[in-house]
Amino acid sequence: MASLDMNAEGGPKFVGDPLKIPAIECGAMMDTNTFAAAPEHNEPLGFPGELLDNWQEVAIAKMGELAANNRAFKVYLDTCVKCGACTDKCHYFLGTGDPKNMPVARQDLLRSVYRRYYTFAGKYFPWLVGARDLTKDVLDEWYTYYHQCSQCRRCAVACPYGIDTAEISMAAREILDSVGVGQKYCNEIIAKLKKTGNNLGLNPKALAATLEDLEEDLEDETGIAVKIPLDVKGADILLITPSADFFAEPHIDGLLGYAKVFHSAGVSWTISSYASEAANFGMFIGSYENMREVSWRIRQAAKDLGVKRIVFGECGHAWRVAYSFLNTLAGPFDFLDQNYPIPQHILEFTLDEIESGNLKIDKSRNDEFVMTYHDSCNVARGSAMGRKEGGQFDVPRAVIKAVCNNFYDMERDTIRENTFCCGGGGGLLTDDLMDLRIKGAKPRMTALQQVSEDHGVTHMAAICAICKTQFSKVMPKFGYEMDNVMSVHQLVANAVILDGQETEAETATAEETP
Amino acid sequence: MIATVYAVLFYVATLLLVVGVGMKVWKYATTPVPLKIVVSPAPRTRRGVVLRMFREVIFFESLFRSNKWIWIFAVLFHWGMLIVLLRHLRYFTQPVWWWVDLLQPIGRLMAFVMLAGLLGLWARRIFQQRIRYISNPSDHLMLVLLLAIAGSGTLMTYVTRTDVIAVKSYFLGLFRFQIGELPLDPILLTHLGLVALLMIIFPISKLMHAPGMFFAPSRTQVDNAREKRHISKWARNLPPLPEGIPKKEEG
Ligand code: HEM
Ligand code: SF4
Ligand code: SF4
Ligand code: SF4
Repeated sequence: MASLDMNAEGGPKFVGDPLKIPAIECGAMMDTNTFAAAPEHNEPLGFPGELLDNWQEVAIAKMGELAANNRAFKVYLDTCVKCGACTDKCHYFLGTGDPKNMPVARQDLLRSVYRRYYTFAGKYFPWLVGARDLTKDVLDEWYTYYHQCSQCRRCAVACPYGIDTAEISMAAREILDSVGVGQKYCNEIIAKLKKTGNNLGLNPKALAATLEDLEEDLEDETGIAVKIPLDVKGADILLITPSADFFAEPHIDGLLGYAKVFHSAGVSWTISSYASEAANFGMFIGSYENMREVSWRIRQAAKDLGVKRIVFGECGHAWRVAYSFLNTLAGPFDFLDQNYPIPQHILEFTLDEIESGNLKIDKSRNDEFVMTYHDSCNVARGSAMGRKEGGQFDVPRAVIKAVCNNFYDMERDTIRENTFCCGGGGGLLTDDLMDLRIKGAKPRMTALQQVSEDHGVTHMAAICAICKTQFSKVMPKFGYEMDNVMSVHQLVANAVILDGQETEAETATAEETP
Repeated sequence: MIATVYAVLFYVATLLLVVGVGMKVWKYATTPVPLKIVVSPAPRTRRGVVLRMFREVIFFESLFRSNKWIWIFAVLFHWGMLIVLLRHLRYFTQPVWWWVDLLQPIGRLMAFVMLAGLLGLWARRIFQQRIRYISNPSDHLMLVLLLAIAGSGTLMTYVTRTDVIAVKSYFLGLFRFQIGELPLDPILLTHLGLVALLMIIFPISKLMHAPGMFFAPSRTQVDNAREKRHISKWARNLPPLPEGIPKKEEG
């Protein structure tokens, strides 16, 4: 079991209750700012390079445009009654105590300005309804606190009207972008994707070489030539997976898992070098146009390769964009096989294979792990899986339990629809926000520590590239090792025995019998 | 004179309420929803969504899950207010509908339930640090206004007693555009004045949460994005992107 030395490496102190509400500490996070984008990051996305001279005018006009084009934005700004039910729901508030990280207070940063310019009460009685002018200080405050929201929607579940702070954050970032104040991390990545097809800037040659290496690893491990095909025309399935799956740990092990499942299922599949990225950071910056452009590459690749199905690898927000938006942004997909969900999640695929008995599984190969599962917030609250309501919770758990003997859930209020974000989502997975990321991870980590104490849980599985990277970075601050976070398909990969594969047990017996 | 002022006040207030809310609701209904942004887990059918909204409106289901204290006070206040309002129908109908008569005994008690709920909510707003932080003057004043309306009403029911028959004939007269006699009881005039004020500010205040919640995409959308393509009008008109991969795509 992991050590519970909570003060390791100066991490936050151990607290027993993941839901513990801190006392308010005004301004605690006001100096935590993410790096601003340079003109070369903003311009490829269609935004002004630098802060416009008439930024105030443009920002206010943009706000009006959003209110006219997006019902959620308008209704959410109008209907909040300040009941306070959401105030203790945000992991960044729980982790920092900064009141501006309370969801409703975060909305109010923008609502106060909206009221000033677009409502009767705010125009004529600003003091009464807390309306304020849009000044440079306000703009800076937006930049700070709308980049302390991972758009995880935990607050939206709590709100009696479903007011979703993530929508307001996205809108705020869009307004900021429209006046030339972008965030480096997101905008640089989107610009890179537009050039190379993935967030890493990996070119097709490098990608092909990487995949070949992985094929070799697979063959060394199993003795079987398992393929990870790239740009194969006429394949049945196009796999769209986060580029982190090609190089980061534990993501790669997940990719190997998909390869084994596809191999065992006997389907033909391929990755595309043109659309070699599942992530879509266009969502984080609230830009419909950018999100559409990024999504469109998937349609182009699917048509070009002539595939019949699209399957997505493990990635949280990517699955939200895929499940909830892809049909809108890049559909209709009438050229694909309509007998399968479009798109399908790799977990849905794997569970089908498990249930129809196509996979040979030895669960005991995961006996060294006592698992729990982190519901990635974007999967939990922004998408679904399977045919039944709540499938996004049950499908991953069903797969884990099918390949692994030891599984315990964390506290009910910290999983499923109440899951805590890992602390690094929504475009915040950047080193310049490390302090925020550690503090934001605290509720999740505390819940993990609970199950570690109660049930001896050693490892946590996740299905989101960002979650995995974030956890492998922050878990050491909470007394775990960086490899205590695992891909769900890593567990699958461990347990699946390929046709004709010699297992260690068999090899051992073979050696003993002369 | 005062009867006329109040008559004008109520005509204006009713007009502003109906037109104001109507315009806002029209605006909500016609503003596009670019994406499927339902907060999941969510129903996969329209029927399921109707049930979900029913539970939200009647039981405040999400609030129950997220905060029991606010929920208790919210339920006391809203349900108290609903029954009190229904009981008020007896002042506007002749003959009084039978089920309004049935409500009469509990209706009178509901005033206290409503007051208790309001006081509870206000206490939280004052003493709970987080809620105090997010409150603007208008949030406190809204509770004060409702407390004053409920308080003055309760005073008339239990303490000073107004000539209810006269009030009723005054309002029945207003329906026929005839201005009759209004008892010049200061508590009654306060009560009625504040109600008119509430009606006037309804469309320009957070009270729009009542109609607004039926337009929140996070709860009212059906979770069927994969099965049914969702597309808004302005998105349909975006310039088309190229099909197939452009030839000169650099790696
Ligand atoms: C469809 C009908 C309605 C529903 C479902 C509804 C629901 C809610 C909920 C869930 C809350 C949050 C909890 C709370 O703070 O009480 C709330 C707050 C509130 N509602 Fe309603 N409401 C409705 C109609 C109304 C009406 C007609 C009024 C007034 C005339 C009203 C006045 C208020 C006020 C003043 C608050 C804020 C209370 C506070 O300051 O804490 N509601 N409502
Ligand atoms: S969306 Fe998540 S991160 Fe943003 S305010 Fe709500 S709870 Fe916090
Ligand atoms: S729960 Fe909803 S209505 Fe209540 S304060 Fe938060 S955002 Fe506003
Ligand atoms: S990284 Fe994972 S938990 Fe965090 S925002 Fe994304 S899906 Fe949510």
